Amino acid sequence: MDISYILFIPLIPLAVFLLLGIFNQQIKPAVSGYIGVLGLAVSAALSYYAAYQYFFVSVKVEGVYQTFVEKTVWMNFTDTLHIDMGILIDPISVMMLIVVTTVSLMVHIYSRGYMKGDDGYTKFFAFLSLFSFSMLGLVLATNLFQIYIFWELVGVSSYLLIGYYYAKTSAVAAAKKAFIVTRFADFGFLIGILIVGYYAGTFDFQTLNAVNPEGEGLLLNWASSSFMGLSVITWALLLIFMGGAGKSAMFPLHIWLPDAMEGPTPVSALIHAATMVVAGVYLVARLFPMYYFVEDGFALNIVAYVGAFSSLFAAVIALTQTDIKRVLAFSTMSQIGYMMLALGVSSYKGHEGVGYMASMFHLFTHAMFKALLFLGAGSVIHAVHSNYLKDMGGLRKYMPITNITFLIAALAIAGVPPFAGFWSKDEILVAAFEKNQLIYFMALFVAGLTAFYMFRLYFGIFWGKETKYEHTPHESPISMTFPLLFLAFMSVVSGFIPFSELVTADKVGFEGHLDYTLAAVAVGTGLTGIILAWIFYKKENDLAEMFAYGFGMFYKWTSNKFYFDEIYLFVTKKIIFDLVSAPIAKFDKKYVDGTMEDIGNKTVLISEKIKGLQSGRLQDYAMFFVSGVVIVALVFIYLWI
Amino acid sequence: MIAGISIYEIFTLTSILFFIGIYGFITRKNLISILISIELLLNASAVNFVVINKYLYPDVLQGVFFSIFIIAVAAAETALAVAIIINLYRQISSVEVKDTEIMKY
Repeated sequence: MDISYILFIPLIPLAVFLLLGIFNQQIKPAVSGYIGVLGLAVSAALSYYAAYQYFFVSVKVEGVYQTFVEKTVWMNFTDTLHIDMGILIDPISVMMLIVVTTVSLMVHIYSRGYMKGDDGYTKFFAFLSLFSFSMLGLVLATNLFQIYIFWELVGVSSYLLIGYYYAKTSAVAAAKKAFIVTRFADFGFLIGILIVGYYAGTFDFQTLNAVNPEGEGLLLNWASSSFMGLSVITWALLLIFMGGAGKSAMFPLHIWLPDAMEGPTPVSALIHAATMVVAGVYLVARLFPMYYFVEDGFALNIVAYVGAFSSLFAAVIALTQTDIKRVLAFSTMSQIGYMMLALGVSSYKGHEGVGYMASMFHLFTHAMFKALLFLGAGSVIHAVHSNYLKDMGGLRKYMPITNITFLIAALAIAGVPPFAGFWSKDEILVAAFEKNQLIYFMALFVAGLTAFYMFRLYFGIFWGKETKYEHTPHESPISMTFPLLFLAFMSVVSGFIPFSELVTADKVGFEGHLDYTLAAVAVGTGLTGIILAWIFYKKENDLAEMFAYGFGMFYKWTSNKFYFDEIYLFVTKKIIFDLVSAPIAKFDKKYVDGTMEDIGNKTVLISEKIKGLQSGRLQDYAMFFVSGVVIVALVFIYLWI
Repeated sequence: MIAGISIYEIFTLTSILFFIGIYGFITRKNLISILISIELLLNASAVNFVVINKYLYPDVLQGVFFSIFIIAVAAAETALAVAIIINLYRQISSVEVKDTEIMKY
């Protein structure tokens, strides 16, 4: 299969970024929007073509989807250890290409309406293109170092886009927070990469993933090196997962994601819902054979529990948030936790690898319906000019299209058949049920919570109390409703894609089937959540408040996100800054700087004192000279005479 | 071998002359006085040259010639110094040492 044209998929957005970035002032907003959309449209078309070629045209060898790689050596260290730049085509990267280009294209189209009249219109599209380029590069990376480079690039684009409204202090703070938290996690990632490079002598994904359970090949080299009871490579994998957890907002590195909602809503849809935040999942999936085989999947177990806990944690917080974008942010975190736990409970071969497949499946469907939810929320915010639920209500009459599409997305995420979320979530639950009952029940509970908070949001926005609006809300323009409709369509149909035959851990497809009992339980849980939300929020009533009152402290804790921001602030400000950094800074200022300054000051002082000697009066000099001669003479006389 | 005068007396004279010169050079405030003090120094050494020549090598005349050179050089030097002092006077209307401190630091 010829894959060279795939190189253009990331390069076109890069070209668009350079074009819009360099000629920022010259290009009129009306044109720049079209340039951005056109560039992404070409990329998307190429991606679809590539996917078609890969899955349906190219030949499978013994039922296995082949991996195609094209790369050049970029930096050479040793024969095996070199950093390459290239593209790697296998089922998950092709799937990610589809996800990224589709959502990005929709967001580009949407932004033309949403950002209309904004001062930085062209700049916004330039940043969007930069992000698309980085994300596509990340997806196509052939080795750990290349993925790390693009990993940081998406971090930068995320930073730029969160801080897009740079006049707002909160947006700037949020951008910095996102960057610093993810950067902190990436530090772990980098160390992990370096450990792998040191012990394995290669960064290449294909070589690394060629491990097998018998402990042959690369694994053998690592067996002897251990640290604190775990083999070095498990530590490396855990550190790499730390990087993934940072980007994917897993507990306890999740604190940046809610704040990142300060960015424009299309950005939230693209970066903080559909693409960048799933990079962590993608990273684990990319290294899945290593996670699975090294030390019987110890690292993978950690992934599973972190995922499950984050999922539950975020779902509980999402129940109480009043900012609609923050609800969606926590929902995203919860769903990514779902994907992580699915990876965590997966095995490698055949039908055993259902978790891996389910994770990728959920990644795909989630990207569609969560982007739709965010874009729908953006449409609502555009109409109401507020982020808060209290300012909304009864919007269904004013915004029919947004209402319908939002409902579809909410049904999809709640796991109601036949919408996309049902199929992927069901697979995840099956995988969890087969491997780990504890995680299964956590996941099931989260499914119920998800349905509840989603419909709390839906009823709160479109039904509920009749709010008086200053300006009568109106439906968004076609540039915004078209992406909503398209993504709604995807949210309905993407569940029917036979993922189990296309994207699997061992790249051999298997026959997917529905476990009716488990599906019924999951749907039942979801419906319970929806019905509860219906009772609570469909009509304006006091039930919800009474209920919240009943929970007392717990409610307060939850609505304050379990005070995690405060804990972090306490640790960073009070402990690290005040107890560690401040004394060190003081020492530096007082003693290190002080010594140096003292040397200078004292020199000046002494010079000031002795400069009187240089009086410029010849007679003084003569006086010194004569006194000197007299003294020398006396010494001579004393010594020799 | 100068009759009636011992070498010690001559050396005492020149020493006194010399140190008067030094004292004057260091303490005088007036540039002209300083110049006179320098002349005293030179004269003291010139006398020393002649006397030591006379006592140590009575049959040669190098010391005497040297003192003549000293007198010539001293004359030239005085002419130069007076020229400088006159120019200085034109600049600052003073020949006091304390007024010529622009070289300080």
